[in-house]
Amino acid sequence: MNRISGIAASNGIAIAKAFRLENPELTIDKKNVADTQAEIQRFGQAVNESIAELEVIKKRTAEEISDKEAAIFGAHLLVLEDPELIGPITDKINNDSVNAEFALHETSTMFVDMFEAMDNEYMKERAADVRDVTKRVLAHLLGVKIQNPSMITDEVVVIAEDLTPSDTVQLNPKYIKGFITDIGGRTSHSAILARTLEIPAVVGAKSAMSSIDNGTIVIIDGLEGEILLNPDDATLAEYKEKQTAFASQKAEWAKLKNEATLTKDGVAVELGANIGTPKDLTGVLENGGEAIGLYRTEFLYMGRDEFPTEEEQFDAYSAVLKGMENKPTVVRTLDIGGDKELSYLKLPKELNPFLGLRAIRLCLEMPDMFRTQLRALLRASVHGNLKIMFPMIATLDEFREAKAILLEEKAKLEAEGVEVSDSIEVGIMVEIPSTAVMADTFAKEVDFFSIGTNDLIQYTMAADRMNESVSYLYQPYNPAILRLVKTVIDASHKEGKWTGMCGEMAGDEIAIPILLGLGLDEFSMSASSILKARSQLSRLSKADMEGHTEHILGLATSQEVEDYVKNL
Amino acid sequence: MVEKSFTITDPAGMHARPASALVGSLSKFQSDITMEFKDKKVNLKSILGVMSLGVPSGSTVQIAADGADEAEAMETIERVLQEQGISNE
Repeated sequence: MNRISGIAASNGIAIAKAFRLENPELTIDKKNVADTQAEIQRFGQAVNESIAELEVIKKRTAEEISDKEAAIFGAHLLVLEDPELIGPITDKINNDSVNAEFALHETSTMFVDMFEAMDNEYMKERAADVRDVTKRVLAHLLGVKIQNPSMITDEVVVIAEDLTPSDTVQLNPKYIKGFITDIGGRTSHSAILARTLEIPAVVGAKSAMSSIDNGTIVIIDGLEGEILLNPDDATLAEYKEKQTAFASQKAEWAKLKNEATLTKDGVAVELGANIGTPKDLTGVLENGGEAIGLYRTEFLYMGRDEFPTEEEQFDAYSAVLKGMENKPTVVRTLDIGGDKELSYLKLPKELNPFLGLRAIRLCLEMPDMFRTQLRALLRASVHGNLKIMFPMIATLDEFREAKAILLEEKAKLEAEGVEVSDSIEVGIMVEIPSTAVMADTFAKEVDFFSIGTNDLIQYTMAADRMNESVSYLYQPYNPAILRLVKTVIDASHKEGKWTGMCGEMAGDEIAIPILLGLGLDEFSMSASSILKARSQLSRLSKADMEGHTEHILGLATSQEVEDYVKNL
Repeated sequence: MVEKSFTITDPAGMHARPASALVGSLSKFQSDITMEFKDKKVNLKSILGVMSLGVPSGSTVQIAADGADEAEAMETIERVLQEQGISNE
């Protein structure tokens, strides 16, 4: 039995066969062929097999995921039918008496180079499409199998070097019991996705791809970040027991689904969920979420070729607001840039994307895009309890400008006779230290704060949260962070406003008692953490925790805070 | 031969989705169909050809169909461009 350690990314125990999501190297040798007609036929056969395969993938993607995602494969099918690609390849086989692999490679390389040479990010992406399609045909010619996550129909644990957004859209939780990636951290997209899908995951496992064979029985302990390979019977039994215990604990928590969140001393706090798409609503409702503390709208913009239209956005926002049946729903306006790119946005590469043109900065730079989103939000506002939140606010001027644009769009809609809610709260994410420090000033103008801890920690510690070499600086319990959080909460309360938290920290077992003592009003987390948090809060007394606050804030290190809270 | 100019009004230009719809609707026609932009002419039945033009929003393209079913082909082109919301002419 072997053991690999990684970063615990999503809770629970998964036991299943390993499925390696490979990226095979396809080598192409130039060969002379005597029978060119037979070679052309072999090529045609590989194309047809690829078409048949893509048809299945497209159909399955449309059924299991969405038509929009399936459209990617529609474009790939057209490439395989493209006379400007197929014609030159058969000509080349015929005229130069070369093998199909070589002719395909030469011709497709021409297109890849052409797209890559274009001075346009979107077109450069098309080079990837051509490569993708070429690879599929090559694989058929060479008899190598290419995997598509959407084709997995066995219960497996996926092992991959990394999962790209396009891989992840094809993951069906019905079959994927968990996943392990070589790279990534707790806040990488694949980790967030795992928590949303509620499947156990270990990321940053480094040697998973090099040491796990297909079909190996794998145990993922998503709580401890442990991976066990080929477990002996005793270990298997032990983990099956843990799996059962986890399931029964979940069942225990499930009883709290319709209960209010009350501390032991009877103080009510609000437990919200972070979501990415209207699909995630199910999880929020099943886990008894009292609010949506963060709706990440950027997923509407990602994995596609063009901006979502106002109508598309209106539909998505309305669906969420209606689904929440008047419970508070905080929608964050587009937060793109940093580690999240949009190919069609054609933004120049930045040296420090996390410090660059992202989130509200980008929206203010591209007001048309921003206004479209705001209009869609305002129109949807009559369907529920909408709160609008601007991300990455660094200065009061940015907030004022964003709010002015919002009010302009509201006035325009009303002039057009469109009904807009009159009780939309407008708040900001606090994720930049400058804003946390100036919270007293902001509190006079905003309706609420939501503390985004992942970025607040990153910017306060000056440590890139995607960089594993400095991951030790991701310290939610560092007194520096806690003092900033206190500043924000106190400032909001002084002005009669409320503060929520929508980072990873809000659902963290160690952080929850501290945040309760600091007076946090709303905790927003992965839907799957809500019931556990409700259970924990019911055993905590707010008055007690307030009594510990001063001591905690006076501690010197993150470790001291952690040790103190654990021993309470 | 029939020829017509179209102005691409989609803010993202002639991107993959409408290009796919357009190219996909033309394979059944026998006529030669071309799209010309900035002195470069490509086969409109070729998705790679159309994408390679990189037509940005606001620009005008010339489309020509030549063959037995040219009129019908042009009607299809106009309909698809409109349905895709990429050109309203």
